[in-house]
Amino acid sequence: MTTDYKSLNLIATSSPHIRGEQTTQTIMRDVLIGLCPALLFACYNFGVRALSVTAFSAASCVFFEWLYRRLLNKPQSVGDLSAVVTGVLLAFVCPVQIPYWTILIGDFFAIIIVKQLFGGIGSNFVNPALAGRAALLASYAGTMTTWATPLNYAPVFGSTADVATSATPLAQLKGGTASFLMSRYSVGDMFLGKIPGSIGEVSTLALLIGFAWLLYRNIINWHTPVFYVGTVAVLTFLFPRGGVGNFDWMIYNVLGGGLMLGAIFMATDYATSPVTAKGQAIFGAGCGLFTVAIRYFGSYNEGVCYSIMVMNLFVPLIDRYVKPPRFGAVKEAKEAAK
Amino acid sequence: MANAFFGGVHPHDMKAATNEKAIQQLPPPPEVVIPMSMHFGAPCTPLVKKGDAVKVGQKIGEFRGLGAPIHASVSGTVKAVEPRPYNMGGNMMSVVIENDFKDELSEEVKAPKNPDALSVADMVEMVKNAGIVGMGGATFPTHVKISGGIGKVDTVIINGAECEPYITGDHRTMLERPEEIIGGAVYLAKMFGVDKVIIGVEDNKQNGIESMNRVISAKNAPVEVRALACRYPQGGEKQLCQAITGKQVPPGGLPSNIGCAVFNINTTCAIYRAIHDGMPVVRKIVTVAGSGVAEPKNLECPIGTPVSRLFDECGGLDERTYKLVMGGPMMGMAQYTAEVPVGKGTGAMLAFCADEEQTVESPQCIRCGKCVAACPMHLEPLFMYQYASKNKLDELNDAHIMDCMECGACAYACPARMHLTHMFKYGKQKLKDKMAADKAAAEAKKAASEKKEAVAK
Repeated sequence: MTTDYKSLNLIATSSPHIRGEQTTQTIMRDVLIGLCPALLFACYNFGVRALSVTAFSAASCVFFEWLYRRLLNKPQSVGDLSAVVTGVLLAFVCPVQIPYWTILIGDFFAIIIVKQLFGGIGSNFVNPALAGRAALLASYAGTMTTWATPLNYAPVFGSTADVATSATPLAQLKGGTASFLMSRYSVGDMFLGKIPGSIGEVSTLALLIGFAWLLYRNIINWHTPVFYVGTVAVLTFLFPRGGVGNFDWMIYNVLGGGLMLGAIFMATDYATSPVTAKGQAIFGAGCGLFTVAIRYFGSYNEGVCYSIMVMNLFVPLIDRYVKPPRFGAVKEAKEAAK
Repeated sequence: MANAFFGGVHPHDMKAATNEKAIQQLPPPPEVVIPMSMHFGAPCTPLVKKGDAVKVGQKIGEFRGLGAPIHASVSGTVKAVEPRPYNMGGNMMSVVIENDFKDELSEEVKAPKNPDALSVADMVEMVKNAGIVGMGGATFPTHVKISGGIGKVDTVIINGAECEPYITGDHRTMLERPEEIIGGAVYLAKMFGVDKVIIGVEDNKQNGIESMNRVISAKNAPVEVRALACRYPQGGEKQLCQAITGKQVPPGGLPSNIGCAVFNINTTCAIYRAIHDGMPVVRKIVTVAGSGVAEPKNLECPIGTPVSRLFDECGGLDERTYKLVMGGPMMGMAQYTAEVPVGKGTGAMLAFCADEEQTVESPQCIRCGKCVAACPMHLEPLFMYQYASKNKLDELNDAHIMDCMECGACAYACPARMHLTHMFKYGKQKLKDKMAADKAAAEAKKAASEKKEAVAK
């Protein structure tokens, strides 16, 4: 066979001429897969409404992103699936009885105000899902702090007023009834997630499965989650409250509330966390510090959402001062010292 | 920790297409085009003119300053001395030789009577006269590296990492010509006056390691083969030094700053042939592969063979081929014509017709930090990209963009498909231009103030 080399349509762009397998889309898809165990458990714990709220939120986020890009004549970006992730995560930090129209407002805030107005994916400076939750909590405090009792399923449509509700473990810790809490929910219940709380936060086990998946798929570094949870664990172990043992206090603090969901899926958000592994460790530890501070000294029971958002604001500073050591420069300095 | 460097990526090595195929001789081409620039440094001056008869190994280009001479790779008649397309883009003064297929060896090629008794100076001179340059692609004149390193270098490393995907020429050389590699390594040990030469090889070439070890033990040669982790860019000069010695080359420095000198496998073979046989660089082993190539092969051909001849020998190209790459897929240069000739640094010719490129419309950085984790030079590509795209040259300098060796690991790892390496090539050039302009301005200012002072006096 002879080739007519003149007729080839050649391009001469810069190296490298091959690319890796991960794309923005596959990363977001892997994050969604990592969220699936928690979603499945939520359906068991809270009923099918957990799924319908999550799906509605994801669809709304995609719609808002599509609409914004369309209206402003920007390249369409919904295909990268990041809006789906934001929608699912926002649903995961809301109680299951949340009315659909309420979460729609949160989705609007997350996608339009927090993400798109700052330039879209990679350019937002706080986590969109958390900012959406913060906006809802400030606007609809009652709705956002009413928690269904596990296995009391809320209907997919219609009134959720009849659903039995109860206080979350963290509210009980804060209220000084730690020993009552321990008699009501065993450590096993806490770990499995048979407790009241937001849709996606309750099951530590399901979230850890997601964590393992993300590590296996090389989506996130271990640094942020481990330093985050580690800091909370150490601080709560050292300074127990509520008249219970150090270990009990620590374990209920770590397993209760949104710590696992926040540490694994929120604090590791690319756009709003440092780019170096060392920076991520500092970021994680900072989140842990603020979480414990809010839980101990603040008026909220839960501190994960705000602590991550506060640390998000420190990211440019961390990235500015935590740099990889310059190649070959360390040795040079040592030799100069000699 | 030895045997390790920070960062890097794991591309599919794609070597299976050619690593079990013996090096094949390309049928002699009717014509070769030998560009006068196949080395790092100023182009050579042609020594022949149209109509001259030349023989294999005859010197046809002389260098000035930094460089290496160029030799005829076939015997025949000089058809033209004119600018022709070459691998660095654009045209270069080239000597076009019409092959008479007699393959006559020039009288200039003389094997020394007793190569083992040569002095160091003689050996370096022979390397210089043979026109040897770094054959891994950097094409730095080898005699300069040797004479500049003697006395400073205590670790001589042969680079057998071959970390670029697709390329298997070095691997095949290890299997088929281990005595040339070991022979060259022994000469290098003599020239540098070191007790031992280390050959670093990625551990995906176990049979190559065994093949060389057999020759080493048979000859009792002062050479050690060391298996290295399979990770790109293991064969980067600085990364290889780091993996072997644990030391890092200082910023802006050379391996000789930490007492290392690195030579490619095929450069080592060329050193052996130059000192043992007096043979200059006239042939090159080229891996021809990629999705666009019908039957990938390792071909040995005269320098100056148009790459279209190589593709013809491999069954031609797919008509959808959109890219021809000279060199590896990570650092090679895309060519816009198949008429470019094989040069001294051409280790591979790749043709791509599938979705290797994976270009996306309007890529957007998602700040994932994978480029930071991949950069073997400890840089932060995502920030460098922002500075370069906004022409913030001072920030670029502070981000140490000049440390970037354009290995492409960041762009390979980037899930958003940002054109990182491309932007850094641009940014480095801008910064160099600015530095030169600043220097010129400072000198002009100094001259002006001196003149003023002189007038005042």
